[in-house]
Amino acid sequence: MTQLKDDSPLGKVIVITSGKGGVGKTTSAAAISAGLAKRGHKTVVIDFDVGLRNLDMIMGCERRVVFDFINVIQGDARLKQALIKDKRVETLSILPTSQTRDKDALTQEGVEKVLDELRQEFDYIICDSPAGIERGAQLAMFFADEAVVVTNPEVSSVRDSDRVLGLLSSKTRRAESDGEPVKAQVLLTRHDQSRIDKGEMMTVEDVLELLAVPLIGIVPESTAVLRASNTGMPVVLDEPSSASAAYDDAVSRLLGEDIPMRIPGEKRPGFIGRLFGRSA
Amino acid sequence: MSLFGFSLKPRRAKSAQTAKDRLQILLAHERGSGSAQADYLPDLQRDILAVIRKYMQIEEDGVDIRMERNDDISSLEINIEMPSDSEKAAKSAKSAKPAAKSAARK
Repeated sequence: MTQLKDDSPLGKVIVITSGKGGVGKTTSAAAISAGLAKRGHKTVVIDFDVGLRNLDMIMGCERRVVFDFINVIQGDARLKQALIKDKRVETLSILPTSQTRDKDALTQEGVEKVLDELRQEFDYIICDSPAGIERGAQLAMFFADEAVVVTNPEVSSVRDSDRVLGLLSSKTRRAESDGEPVKAQVLLTRHDQSRIDKGEMMTVEDVLELLAVPLIGIVPESTAVLRASNTGMPVVLDEPSSASAAYDDAVSRLLGEDIPMRIPGEKRPGFIGRLFGRSA
Repeated sequence: MSLFGFSLKPRRAKSAQTAKDRLQILLAHERGSGSAQADYLPDLQRDILAVIRKYMQIEEDGVDIRMERNDDISSLEINIEMPSDSEKAAKSAKSAKPAAKSAARK
């Protein structure tokens, strides 16, 4: 992995996608990009959800947006003007999207040009995909080198993830050029061990067996996620929590580190349970 | 982090208030004139550039517009990169643009 970086100084494009909405794409894009930047990698995170801009709120820079991704694509602003430097992590930048245009403002040539320019300057370019599989989502994944497919242990999310994995292996530049395929990994979010224990939720193994791609992390359902979004702080920069630890682990794996998978909230008997032991 | 566990509770309640405050400011902007903002800023920049160019020589990317929105006031910051004297000299010596550009990059 380090070898690859020595050979080519160009940044890596990673799409955060899912098909289904509300599974945690933007939360994950914010957390992963902040996690990468925190480790000193020059990172930029781009919002591809044209017309429904939200990454700026999750990153806490909504009041600093002047120019956006669409302005850059249409030649109304330079990339440097549209990039917002994060005030907490020096190596992190945000490229917000337009709140007033629609997805047709995105063109493949325009996206390619912006990504090519970003590759020169950044180590990691994180593309926060919109939900669905239309233009915005297609363009967010088209130029990707790697993909993180955010999935909830829930039927519609797993089904949509499967569909998106199919698109990643057919409708991307890498797929069309017959080169090395996009490296896709699943990030399982809103994981709830107590519900799994009750048999109410599919297990990690269930989901992986269905999707048949590697796992990059398990993020537990956590109150920290809402709290972080309330204040516009990426989860990994907020107070320590099980969710931020899980995202930190996922970032390590994204960087090629081999660290054991922790299942958050695993079989830790409560106070009463410990008192009585496992007599039953 | 506090010595007392219960101090965490008011903090959590505060984050919801923060969320509401942030949304109130943002939505007020987006519902009102704010939504047109994205459309006029590029034109504003172009016009400012044109006016300044009537009086001095500046590069195409010599103007930078930033906006900061706060609860009470919003500020529009316009930065104009003036050509340095050495650059001017280089320019008048021979009006070769690439030379002027490389000087600006220093």
